[in-house]
Amino acid sequence: MSEAAAHGDDHGHGDHDHLPFLAHHFDDPEQQYDSGKLGMWLFLVTEILFFSGMFCAYALYRSIHPEVWTFASQYLNATLGAINTGVLLFSSLTMAWGVRCAQLRQRTGLVVCLAMTLGCASMFLGVKAIEYTHKWELGLLPAGSYESQYLHTSIHHGISDWLYVLSAVPALCVVGFTVWYGYCLSKGQKENSEVAGSLLVTALCYFAGVGLGIFLESGGDHGGDHGGAHAAEHSTDHGDGHDDHGHAEDAHEHEGDPGHSEHGDDEKHSVLNPNANVVFVSTEVEETSVFKPGAASEKQVDQRGGAGLFFSIYYCMTGVHAIHILAGMGVLTWLLVRATRDHFNEQYFGPVDYVGLYWHIVDLIWIYLFPLLYLIK
Amino acid sequence: MSEIADLSALPREEREARENFLVNTKGFLSWALTLDHKRIGLMYLVGVMTAFFVAGMLALMIRLELMTPENTYLSNAQYNQVFTLHGAIMVFLFIIPSVPAALGNFLVPVMLGAKDVAFPRLNLSSFYLWICGAIFFLTAMLYTGLDTGWTFYTPYSTSTKGPVVAATMGVFILGFSSIFTGLNFIVTINTMRPPGMEWFKMPLFLWATYATSIIQVLATPVLGITVLLLAAERIMHIGIFDPEYNGDPVTYQHFFWFYSHPAVYIMILPGMGIISELMSVHCHKSIFGYRFIAYSSIAIALFGFLVWGHHMFTSGMADVTTIIFSALTFTVSIPSAIKVFNWLATMYKGTVQLNTVMCYALNFIFLFTIGGLTGLWLGALSTDRPLHDTYFVVAHFHYVMVGGTLVGFLGGVFHWWPKMTGKMFSELWGKVSCLLVFIGFNLTFLPQFVLGSRGMPRRYAQYVPEFQELHVTSSVGAFVLGFGLFVALGVFIHSLMRGKKAPPNPWGGATLEWQCTSPPPYYNFLTPPEVNDPYNYKPLVYRDGERGWEYIHPEAPEVPQAEPEPAKS
Amino acid sequence: MPALPTLLADINETYWFPPKASTFAEETDAFFMVIMWISLVFFVGIVIAMGYFAMKFRRRPGYKGDSSALHNNTLEITWTVIPTIIVIYIFYRGAVGYLDMVNPPEGDTIDINVTAQKWNWQFQYPNGAIDDELHIPENRNIRLRMRSIDVLHAFYVPAFRAKTDVVPGRVTTMWFQPTKKGDYDLFCAEYCGDDHSKMIKRQGVHVLNDDDYEKYLAKAVKAPDHPIAKGYWLWDKRGCKACHSLKPGETLQGPSFAGSYGNMVQLYGGGEVEFDDQYIQESIYDPQAKARGGYENASAMPSFVGQLSLDDVQSITAFLKEMGKEDFYNLVADDDGLSEDDKKALGISDADVAAAGSGEAEVGDDGSSDEENAAEAPDGDEAA
Repeated sequence: MSEAAAHGDDHGHGDHDHLPFLAHHFDDPEQQYDSGKLGMWLFLVTEILFFSGMFCAYALYRSIHPEVWTFASQYLNATLGAINTGVLLFSSLTMAWGVRCAQLRQRTGLVVCLAMTLGCASMFLGVKAIEYTHKWELGLLPAGSYESQYLHTSIHHGISDWLYVLSAVPALCVVGFTVWYGYCLSKGQKENSEVAGSLLVTALCYFAGVGLGIFLESGGDHGGDHGGAHAAEHSTDHGDGHDDHGHAEDAHEHEGDPGHSEHGDDEKHSVLNPNANVVFVSTEVEETSVFKPGAASEKQVDQRGGAGLFFSIYYCMTGVHAIHILAGMGVLTWLLVRATRDHFNEQYFGPVDYVGLYWHIVDLIWIYLFPLLYLIK
Repeated sequence: MSEIADLSALPREEREARENFLVNTKGFLSWALTLDHKRIGLMYLVGVMTAFFVAGMLALMIRLELMTPENTYLSNAQYNQVFTLHGAIMVFLFIIPSVPAALGNFLVPVMLGAKDVAFPRLNLSSFYLWICGAIFFLTAMLYTGLDTGWTFYTPYSTSTKGPVVAATMGVFILGFSSIFTGLNFIVTINTMRPPGMEWFKMPLFLWATYATSIIQVLATPVLGITVLLLAAERIMHIGIFDPEYNGDPVTYQHFFWFYSHPAVYIMILPGMGIISELMSVHCHKSIFGYRFIAYSSIAIALFGFLVWGHHMFTSGMADVTTIIFSALTFTVSIPSAIKVFNWLATMYKGTVQLNTVMCYALNFIFLFTIGGLTGLWLGALSTDRPLHDTYFVVAHFHYVMVGGTLVGFLGGVFHWWPKMTGKMFSELWGKVSCLLVFIGFNLTFLPQFVLGSRGMPRRYAQYVPEFQELHVTSSVGAFVLGFGLFVALGVFIHSLMRGKKAPPNPWGGATLEWQCTSPPPYYNFLTPPEVNDPYNYKPLVYRDGERGWEYIHPEAPEVPQAEPEPAKS
Repeated sequence: MPALPTLLADINETYWFPPKASTFAEETDAFFMVIMWISLVFFVGIVIAMGYFAMKFRRRPGYKGDSSALHNNTLEITWTVIPTIIVIYIFYRGAVGYLDMVNPPEGDTIDINVTAQKWNWQFQYPNGAIDDELHIPENRNIRLRMRSIDVLHAFYVPAFRAKTDVVPGRVTTMWFQPTKKGDYDLFCAEYCGDDHSKMIKRQGVHVLNDDDYEKYLAKAVKAPDHPIAKGYWLWDKRGCKACHSLKPGETLQGPSFAGSYGNMVQLYGGGEVEFDDQYIQESIYDPQAKARGGYENASAMPSFVGQLSLDDVQSITAFLKEMGKEDFYNLVADDDGLSEDDKKALGISDADVAAAGSGEAEVGDDGSSDEENAAEAPDGDEAA
């Protein structure tokens, strides 16, 4: 047994064909492939069910508090979301292409496809980092730490400190992979240099994503929109003119606008006691919920129990999705290493196929997240 | 395992001794890094038994505390921590992995006629995930202060002090362990069947395991996200379950029970599978209504997903929802009843061997029937209102979980013990342990039905004095039960040290695992085994105590059959 | 052990159930027994079959069983259909009973607001009176509207066969019609933390006749006039006493009030502060601001903003300030509303009362109330 563990797949086998990739307990490659495929599909089912909890939470709270969704989704930058959608879709294409390459034993093609997939994943995370840090600066945080936007005083320009923190690891990766790449080239290690080069590109793609994000997140300052963005009633049609700009900008720019100061004043009491609605007043019993569809005003939704809840769900869904991207990058790297060593061929391409399936599901989940969070007002 | 060394030159005895999976490789690492499903199964067995021991001790602490109405020796806060850990360890570390991971791992490939499970490394990793989860729980236990109950109901769990995050991460990790085990079994059963092993030639234990695995794969991820959200709720107050931020605690209950009710069937279905095997083998009688039992397993697995709401009949769901959940709840009772009747019918005109294993099987039927029937009170809405969250519920689920799963698990361990270890055990003391478990168990939990119907709420550290008489009875029973389990442990230890060598087929089972030596060789089968009806006992002939039962090919000339000796201690 | 023979032999209703004190009890108990008999028939049948088969077909010399497969579709269908019909009946009857339990009859209900918090119950009556025990008239429909201010609780009165969860963030309702005068237990049935098992009102649900109920309401709504007496009254009725004892040194959840006033309080996280008027008010409205050291593990005290007015806080302050002084006994002890338990809780002996009674004429010079005189004090207490 320990032998099996030590030698892994590539060990000779007793009484059947000596296929280096065939595990001992399978009769033939077909059985091995089918098992892996079924296993992967089952795993994907668990993944979908894993996300289903959050989709349920989304559906539940959206149906109870539709006005919160209307209000809060304006702070999401649909352009960045759309770019990320495109990036992920493209990565699905390269992944599928990679599977094809593996089946045809096109080693170089497979390496290039995997590297491109990794690069897209990395760029996705770069854009995500911009989106997240921007929101953190504005206090658009999960319910417990959400800061009401009309009260928010810290004006956020361009790059957040958090971005430096998040980018530390990719930056280290760039340095590390550059050194490794140079070392491999100098030693003439072809396979390792392919891996190192791909990973270097991957790490750089993160910064490409960040750059793109910075440009788009801070580029769209149109002063004329502000009044509309901060009107007391955010009706469903109001956001139409804003889709392609960072709406969060509207909110904080607004603070400096003296013309709206009286607006802030009358809302102050609800800020000081943002949870007033849940304090039990013993002398009367009201059975009504605070948020009646259509009856809520902005100050009622722009608080922890309103928009904060939206951002809780936003961070949970996109955060867990981002973790899946990271996990996917891990297995893609593993595939990349094996691909450079030419492990895959016409009879044995299972791992590429399985990771491909996983990557498509991660993509698919984003395809649902994007409209649900960014587009539907 | 990757290379099957050719030892055919050696004499049969020596060859068997060297290929025996327990000793074919030696050293700590040969176990710690093993990919052999049988070794992983044994490691799980030791692990879950340890967890059971810890949680059992906590149970005795609870019963000791409840001897008097006031605080006996624990404060209220300590009592709450003790019952929380008892529940959480029993559920997550013992009952859920007990049969599928321990016995299932050992048996599924051998019963199926496969060399191993489909993903041996995933199998090993799920064992280490179990260890990891156990360590998280241990941390929570040593840190103490985990006092949420095993259900982690919000908002109490988000506001209480104590290591809730550590415990929920433990649950999360254990969930993955459970998912991987289930996934492995589904794939194994789907793709690894040898030629001739059709779906309806599979032993019923495999059907039950298959049904269990479906639940594990479909339900556990929801638990995963639920505890993850709970941890996020604690760490950064996401508010989804917290009324302070317009979240709703009842949402948590829905999420939680969407997993945890099907989990009840993760616990009981494998136990039912074991009993199907035990009844048939030890009655020496083909199972009655094979297809009904097989289909009822799948039916239970599917219906089990639709009934979670019956844990929330008093939490203020809409009337219509409540009534629908009640109706669906009753649908689960039908397949369970079918199983019990089929087991009974299997005894009819069979040859019942009243040995330790059969005693445990009958014990299971007795206790599980009580557990199932008392579910009627709780499924019916008007009687559930007063009984909900009282000792009636406590007694009910202990009859199912302990009287069902634990007794079935023990029966299964006794049944396959000779196969796993190659040693026979003491019949006399085995039966004594069964009797003590039977008496102790009923003494513990029958009075709790009365406590519940009289209105004693559960999770009470102190209680009103008129309940003391019943509580004391219950506590005395708990210690008898504990003693009975210690006797069973003694039987196992004695067998390991002094047990006589087991024949390949000591009971006369017709399923494939009995065709291997005891213990089986590390490769299970050199060539795919010949698959027969798993419940056809006609070709089996009893030789003697040393050789046990042997399979005689139907075309072979008649062989004189010895009269099986009554089991000796 | 003595319970077991009783349990097995004495299957009758009085053994199984608490007293029947509401309209639900009759049907629920009867239904319970119906299911019991159905179950017993099945159970006994199964066990007898099991035992009989185990004996008759046991392996023994001279007996040879038949191992061949048996299958009988008629039998399978029979034991599928019969249980199905039975559970349909059980479901139906349960659902009908349930609908009765959750839908109060239209009109003519007495609505009582219930607030649950760790670990106390508080009831607010239609006339505004607040009490920590439930008083209800018999043969009237009572509707409870329940809120929790912290975690999940469940309102459970076994004698009424009624139970409903109290969920924070929601208002849950339940109703029942008590049918029998008497005092019944109230339990919290949903786990709620350390003192879950003490969140009970032992004999604390009082079913009264209409006259007594009216009298009770009239009395309960009127707070004592004297601030000290009112302070005690608030302590008694508004949930303070669940956590704060008046006995010196007794720790329930929070510290005892005895002898606190004017002392220095060690704060959690260092520092100390004087237990004075300001501190009392702050601790009532914002309890976590200056939490007392040594009680970190006690559950957080909720804020009483909106529940206790400034006037109430002043009364409580006066009460805490004067506790243990002579007139204190006079004001709170000489009162028919004060039970033996209360006296014990306060550490009042009859001698104290007698002494206080003799000094009745002298009270009023402590400055706590200018209008105070010997004649008014007992009046105020009667109202309490």
